[in-house]
Amino acid sequence: MIKRYIALLTVLIVAFSCSSSDNGPSGNTDNFDRSTLLANIADNMAKPVFADLKAKLEDLKAKFDSFNTTPNTLTFSEVKTSWYEAYKVWQYAAIFEIGKAEELQFVNHFNIYPVTVADVDNNIATGTYDLNSTNFHDAQGFPALDYLFFGVAATEADIVAKYTTDANAANYRKYVYDVIAKMTDIATQISDDWNGSYRNDFVSNSGNTATSALNKFVNDFIFNYEKRLRANKFGIPVGNFSTTPLPEKVEAFYAKQYSRDLALESLSAVNGVFSGRAYGGTTSGASFQTYLNSLDKFNLATSITNQFESARTQINSLSPNLYEQINTNNQQALMAYDELQKAVVLLKVDMLQAFNISVDFVDADGD
Amino acid sequence: MYFKSYIEKKVSAAPLAFFRVAFGVLMCLSIIRFWYNGWIEKLYILPKFFFSFYGFEWVKPFGNLTYLLFVFCGLAAFLVAIGYKYRIAIISFFLSFTYIELMDKTTYLNHYYFVSLVSFLMIFLPANATFSVDSYLKKIEFNKIPKWTIDSIKFMLGIVYFYAGLAKLNSDWLFRAQPLKIWLLSKYDLPFIGNNLMQQDWFHFAMSWSGAIYDLCIPFLLLFKRTRVIGFVLVVVFHVFTRILFPIGMFPYIMIVATMIFFEPSFHEKVISFLKEKFTLLNYKVQSKEVFQYKSNTVPKLIGVFILIQLLFPWRYLLYPGELFWTEEGYRFSWRVMLMEKAGYSNFKIVDGKTKQFFYVDNKDFLTSFQEKQMSFQPDFILEYAHYLGDHFTKDGHQNVEVYVESYVALNGRPSKLYIDPKVDLYKQKESFKHKDWILPFNDEIKIKGL
Repeated sequence: MIKRYIALLTVLIVAFSCSSSDNGPSGNTDNFDRSTLLANIADNMAKPVFADLKAKLEDLKAKFDSFNTTPNTLTFSEVKTSWYEAYKVWQYAAIFEIGKAEELQFVNHFNIYPVTVADVDNNIATGTYDLNSTNFHDAQGFPALDYLFFGVAATEADIVAKYTTDANAANYRKYVYDVIAKMTDIATQISDDWNGSYRNDFVSNSGNTATSALNKFVNDFIFNYEKRLRANKFGIPVGNFSTTPLPEKVEAFYAKQYSRDLALESLSAVNGVFSGRAYGGTTSGASFQTYLNSLDKFNLATSITNQFESARTQINSLSPNLYEQINTNNQQALMAYDELQKAVVLLKVDMLQAFNISVDFVDADGD
Repeated sequence: MYFKSYIEKKVSAAPLAFFRVAFGVLMCLSIIRFWYNGWIEKLYILPKFFFSFYGFEWVKPFGNLTYLLFVFCGLAAFLVAIGYKYRIAIISFFLSFTYIELMDKTTYLNHYYFVSLVSFLMIFLPANATFSVDSYLKKIEFNKIPKWTIDSIKFMLGIVYFYAGLAKLNSDWLFRAQPLKIWLLSKYDLPFIGNNLMQQDWFHFAMSWSGAIYDLCIPFLLLFKRTRVIGFVLVVVFHVFTRILFPIGMFPYIMIVATMIFFEPSFHEKVISFLKEKFTLLNYKVQSKEVFQYKSNTVPKLIGVFILIQLLFPWRYLLYPGELFWTEEGYRFSWRVMLMEKAGYSNFKIVDGKTKQFFYVDNKDFLTSFQEKQMSFQPDFILEYAHYLGDHFTKDGHQNVEVYVESYVALNGRPSKLYIDPKVDLYKQKESFKHKDWILPFNDEIKIKGL
């Protein structure tokens, strides 16, 4: 009796495993090394991004120094250009909310918008504030500088006057310095950590558990796309989460002409990480894309990059000033959102299923 | 005639007593583990909204008092284990445990359903006949009980395995090795076997096929004396293996211990006398009555009906059109375990029916991530949540509220597809046992064929 069962079982298994190798890819070992993927992310993306962010912020401080030495519209426009350059790098850094960045909650000090103008004004008026306070997350970072460089007065001359002849000029200057210093400090700490021990922690933590670096980073990557790019830059201002559009909630609202290009920058950052492109370079390494390919999900990988391209085309068709775009032709902006939305499904449903990322849920029996 | 003689057959009371103790102890541990993991708070206190089973909308957690419910349930399990006031204890356990499982269907697991059924069955069984505080206090114990009482538990276990096996006889499981392929591929981080064995195509198929054959054969292997040992060895190996691979909690242990009821009574008698030797406290002497007798045949008949229902209930999916794995109509309560890797994304749109103004909902405002995950690919969840959102925004002062969903679902490695008709106002749809015609048909090129 026993023998018969065993024989039957063996025959069936052997029969099937032989026939199965005829169709479909056979005998593949897992030749995808996740550590290589993590190393590519760490060495060719995270490290250079934070180094660049730090450098750009130091440049911003230097430019603001020269403006203070020789305050005029020329030096001031250099400050604003430097601010925009740093803001663009931020779009890349925002993906890496892991390790030190997560610990320091870096987003809170870099890019909570819309800025609360009353808080900024009040902080400057009183001269006493703590940028670590949770009340002031929306009164610092790039959005606060956006307001202080572009929106604090009606004309450029008046804005420059705030830092020169205004009764409170010293406080205005101090506030800008403090905001830059806060960002620089955080960027430096994160950069140092990547250049220190964290790099190896990150690369070696390639298992499939809820807390492993790979799983966390995949989740961060998707969160950045869904929340920071899709929702914050488009969904909220176009009115997809409210009854009416809220164009004043666009990124870089006061600078006006940069909101679209910052979004494009963010999309480039996402695409770069997905396809494993080195930051600021053209070479590519192991990535989510090559990982999907190794799982025979070529179609999915292509769909995702195609969808990024469709979104890019749609965003490119918008006015550089998203505030204006939403006010004049919101339909066009809604279409950009819809294109971004389509990739969310591909990333969140299809890619996560392919990776079978472990998430910290409770017991499951798979149903 | 056969029925009558079968009903009167008697057998040692030890296996059922052993089962009672083991079941009680494991249940008590499960409750403690649940609490210890912080799941009472996470699953039943923190969420703002709970998904109800149709007809059980009145079953809700009690806020912080929910802890008391778990205390009550754990105590009842303990009393079942020691066999004190057994009938009251097992009724209390059945009611409290089932209540807990009905509070939020997000947490539905087949093994919880199994526990509810077994504890219901045990209400009618003389599991305290021997080796129990009850028998000590009444100073009477029964050495023999009707054979059918033990058989009913064996039958329940047999159904679980056999039906789980039948459910695996489908083309996805057998010919695509799905969903095991997805799951095993992702176990690359297991020591020794993760990076080689787990990645082999043949291994995924071998696991799928042996899993199906295993489920179908186990009840019979355990039933016959000659194959019992190999059957039990397979049970242990299989469940330990699944425990390593998947986060399935206490289920493997419960099944390993429960299948011991198939052993010869001499085994359970030995265990009990061993325990009595080791712990003098248990070594009480009472008057020993030979046979436990039911006063009438009502109970065995009732159990017969119960078993019949168990045999038929999992087939109810045949009454629904469409692909079972896609619509999930008749999917639960049918021993369909680990059959699907299904994930979804459901984006709800609140529309003013008059002005056509709309906005999207951030699910995180209302659901926990676990609830959102479960909701995203199950139509009854989607409908219930749509109604919740409709009520919420109506109460918030929105006019002419209509609720639509853009839902995409991926099943067993297929590309994600539109799941729910995005043009249907779900706020106007009612929950019922009828087919939900707003679920879009499963139209992937790779069909699922099978039982």
